[in-house]
Amino acid sequence: MIRITCPHCGPRDHAEFSYAGDATKARPADPATATAADWHDYVYLRDNPAGPHLEFWHHLHGCRQYVKVLRDVVTHDVLASGHPADDLEAGR
Amino acid sequence: MIVGRIKDVNPYRLPTGGQIDRRRALAFTFDGKRYTGYDGDTLASALLANGVTLVGRSFKYHRPRGIFSAGPEEPNALVELRRGARVEPNTRATRAELFHGLEATSQNRWPSLSLDVMELNDLASRFLVAGFYYKTFMGFPGWHFYEQRIRAAAGMGRGTTEPDPDSYERMSAHCDVLVVGGGPSGLAAALTAGRSGARVILVEETDGLGGRLRSERETIDGAPALSWVDQARAELAGLQEVQVLTRTTAFGYYDDNLIGAVERVADHMPVPPPHVPRQRLWHIRAGRVVLATGAIERHIAFPHNDRPGVMLAGAVRSYINRFAIRPGRRAVVVANNDDGYRTALDLNAAGVEVIQVVDTRPVGTSDWRARCEAAGIEIRDNAAVTKVHGRLNVLGCDIAGLDDVSGARFEPCDLLAVSGGWSPAVHLHTHALGKIDWDDGLAAFVPGAARQAHVSVGAARGAYSLAACLSDGFAAGSAAAEAAGFASGARPDTPITDAPGERPIRAFWAVGDGKKRFVDLQDDVTADDITLAHREGFVSVEHLKRYTTLGMGTDQGKTSNIIGHALMAEARGEPIPQVGTTRFRPPYTPVAMGAFAGGDRGRHHTPVRRSAMHDWHAVNGAVFVEAGHWLRPQYYLGAEEPNVKRFMDAAITREVVNTREAVGLVDVSTLGKIDIQGPDAAEFLNRLYANGFKTLAIGKARYGLMLREDGIVYDDGTTSRLGENHYLMTTTTAHAGDVMALIEWYLQVVWPDLDVQACSVTEQWAAMALAGPKARDVLAAAVDDGTDISDAALPFMGVTTARIAGVPVRVFRISFSGELSYEVNAPADWGTRVWEALVRAGTEHGIRPYGTEAMAIMRIEKGHVTHAELDGRVTLDDAGMGRMASTKKWFVGSGMLDKPAYTDPQRPKLVGLVPVDGETRIPAGAILVEDPKASVPMDKLGHVSSSAYLSPTVGHPIALGFVSGGPARKGQTVWAVFPLRNLEIEVRITDPVFVDPQGARLRG
Repeated sequence: MIRITCPHCGPRDHAEFSYAGDATKARPADPATATAADWHDYVYLRDNPAGPHLEFWHHLHGCRQYVKVLRDVVTHDVLASGHPADDLEAGR
Repeated sequence: MIVGRIKDVNPYRLPTGGQIDRRRALAFTFDGKRYTGYDGDTLASALLANGVTLVGRSFKYHRPRGIFSAGPEEPNALVELRRGARVEPNTRATRAELFHGLEATSQNRWPSLSLDVMELNDLASRFLVAGFYYKTFMGFPGWHFYEQRIRAAAGMGRGTTEPDPDSYERMSAHCDVLVVGGGPSGLAAALTAGRSGARVILVEETDGLGGRLRSERETIDGAPALSWVDQARAELAGLQEVQVLTRTTAFGYYDDNLIGAVERVADHMPVPPPHVPRQRLWHIRAGRVVLATGAIERHIAFPHNDRPGVMLAGAVRSYINRFAIRPGRRAVVVANNDDGYRTALDLNAAGVEVIQVVDTRPVGTSDWRARCEAAGIEIRDNAAVTKVHGRLNVLGCDIAGLDDVSGARFEPCDLLAVSGGWSPAVHLHTHALGKIDWDDGLAAFVPGAARQAHVSVGAARGAYSLAACLSDGFAAGSAAAEAAGFASGARPDTPITDAPGERPIRAFWAVGDGKKRFVDLQDDVTADDITLAHREGFVSVEHLKRYTTLGMGTDQGKTSNIIGHALMAEARGEPIPQVGTTRFRPPYTPVAMGAFAGGDRGRHHTPVRRSAMHDWHAVNGAVFVEAGHWLRPQYYLGAEEPNVKRFMDAAITREVVNTREAVGLVDVSTLGKIDIQGPDAAEFLNRLYANGFKTLAIGKARYGLMLREDGIVYDDGTTSRLGENHYLMTTTTAHAGDVMALIEWYLQVVWPDLDVQACSVTEQWAAMALAGPKARDVLAAAVDDGTDISDAALPFMGVTTARIAGVPVRVFRISFSGELSYEVNAPADWGTRVWEALVRAGTEHGIRPYGTEAMAIMRIEKGHVTHAELDGRVTLDDAGMGRMASTKKWFVGSGMLDKPAYTDPQRPKLVGLVPVDGETRIPAGAILVEDPKASVPMDKLGHVSSSAYLSPTVGHPIALGFVSGGPARKGQTVWAVFPLRNLEIEVRITDPVFVDPQGARLRG
């Protein structure tokens, strides 16, 4: 029952959102030259840190924008949120 | 229902006092026998007023049990309330408000409460120790064989299998300050917070405010404490931003200060009034939370401390002061703190003979003790009760000095009041991940550091005196309001209370080493079980809990956990904080499932989506089937045809034959439709789809396949180019929402540089497919102004616009059935008008609507895949569409296609299947194997994904499936086995396209 601050709509109940995956992973920038190892890493490999973690949440029942969230997965504290391209860890 | 004159006789009711309305007598039954109580009674107090002390049987040993407490912690007095569909088992009689006509029944006994055959378990209890079931029943023939029988013998009440006739609702609320508990601390907090103008919600579990003040003879500023409560209630009622919710239990504290609470709106009435829910679930999002949840009293483990008549001392005072009940005639009080003296004084005042106050502490002095002595009550120091006599009720007890237990003296009595000290109700504090600390002085865990925005006050933090509760509450209320940005003004002075000096508690958990020293009354866990668990190595409190079931009942060990953990600490020779305690979890007390469901039940569980033509289908004989949230016509019956299997089969066959030989019309509005526009739309589609989309011309449609990033097929559909930068994508019905979310993902997160906009238009367009050899004739007759739809003007995969019955429509020449087919999209509001125009134009050609069954048969005949095939495990190659993947570009999933697992020649691939005998139906889900008689486990070759039980076009059952080796095995036979129905069917592998493999019909 956490609340996530959507950069467009403000603080909202997480029931309005849908989890949309690990935000520490970037799709290979040039898919034409990416190697099998690059794809393997992007598609399958995920860290499971106990602590702050970057995630995407889709404001599905709201503005339908993807939101980047820095969330402590141990305490459930939402530490920061912003647009998908934002660097939430800067200055932390 | 109870009718007739009410007998106004309560043999155990005090002549005056109490907070009951003696003018309102209420009749009720317990185990079929009629009794009388008063408005303000609980079921427990009304039973005690009538001298009913035996109310239940224990969980495991079936020992006779009485009423042990007066609150939510009750472990013993669990009863069934009401009858029929409204029966509610395992209800705490101490929390059930009495109403006229209440029917209550004892549970877990046969044939009757006083004669329970299963009490034999008690005699066999030396074998039924902790771990007995696991040790004994794990062998032949296995736990599951015995489990049912054990569960039948040990047990709780029985619920009903009838639908719940009551309604429930959910409420969301926001406030600046939430106060949990309406006792002195909570009222004080609500007052100072409320005066500041902050939005305050106060929730109180019982029917009224006052908390412990309702049960004690306290004074505030020289007046009875309850008049202070009345003033507080009146003031709160006058504060506009304050809401007081009684009969409401805050049962859980969740992330970001969300508190779950259940309001029992109508549980104190026989049935809820019209349009009133039985219960209401509150989601309260609070700025700050003040936890004024009070404390829960503990007992002491001495032999046979579970007999009816043994009662918590605080409960004894509740029954005397709040309910005006004389809970016994001759009482013994045993305590490790000064509450023993307080209880003896109240008993004395109520006219109960107090034989002795047994104090487990060495001799000492306090104001309370002095008052007892002044009242002439006998006190015994450094002593304990070493045994309780009596079976169905207490007949007496043995009292012995702690230094010489052998010198026990028998005292006849019918009431034994016990106080082992109080445990602050830290439940909500720990739900919120607050820490708890052991306080040696209080012999209790008290709230430590909080993790969320909450504070515990008064008894909930171990400050038990009334003065401490009030000053705590005042301070916390104004601090919470100030934290929320409200000025709370001057803090009120703490009123003057009667505060006799107390001597500190001295921890005392159990007496000697006798048998039947119950720790957890609800789960029948004794002090011996704790010792046994320690001896067998289950020394961690978490292991202890699971091995002995300590604290695992519906009361969650409210009275017992600490005693069990303290005894384990003694056995381990370590201090209590080192041994620790188990974590409390929501809910604090049981919550009815109906309250969680709220209005989401039956048809209201999920929304129903209907196509624009729904009413036409209904009028014209459609039998509907649920497809996700959608209701779709499954098949159409004639006016005289009953909906039975024979007519269903005939209807489906009729629809297939008519479409293949003449013309049919099907509602395909449920397909997802996404409007995609922008200069980069072509580039975007080219990246999203595995096949090329850059060459798609304006006015053309193309079938597209979408993969997941891991290379597995995700979805398919046709996408049409409507203009230079304008496309319309269709998706499967099932993935319409997910594909939209996926498109948003790529556009917002992965390729934000692409100038593309996408919007779901599924509900804006009604869609219908006109299919069959006469389709063109029908369409030509239907379009306005003689629009040219000839093969030359609108070839296969062509797209155009036209008007039908004056409605602008889009026409797509695409085919799912394999026939010459046009998909017509009309603005949803005009869908029925266009549908009816097509039916009218088709009448002379024998047009018939068809449903999802005929549609499915025709697509299986054509070997077209759906999500039955594209089930999240299938690659393009597996589905026989490997050649569609473009080699000239990269696309989503292209990087994974060379994975060794995807290129394994043994992968199951799409094939057609026919029964070798030409008639046996092949069920979807059947497993394909080489030899069904081989020994198990046998190798699986694949599975059947879709099945047409009757294929009117082919003339026998057909199926699609995946088989290892795939099309290379064409002509070979394998077996389709379906062990659930004991089916073994020999099937021949064929091409997946059964009808018109060259596609001559659809290009016709």
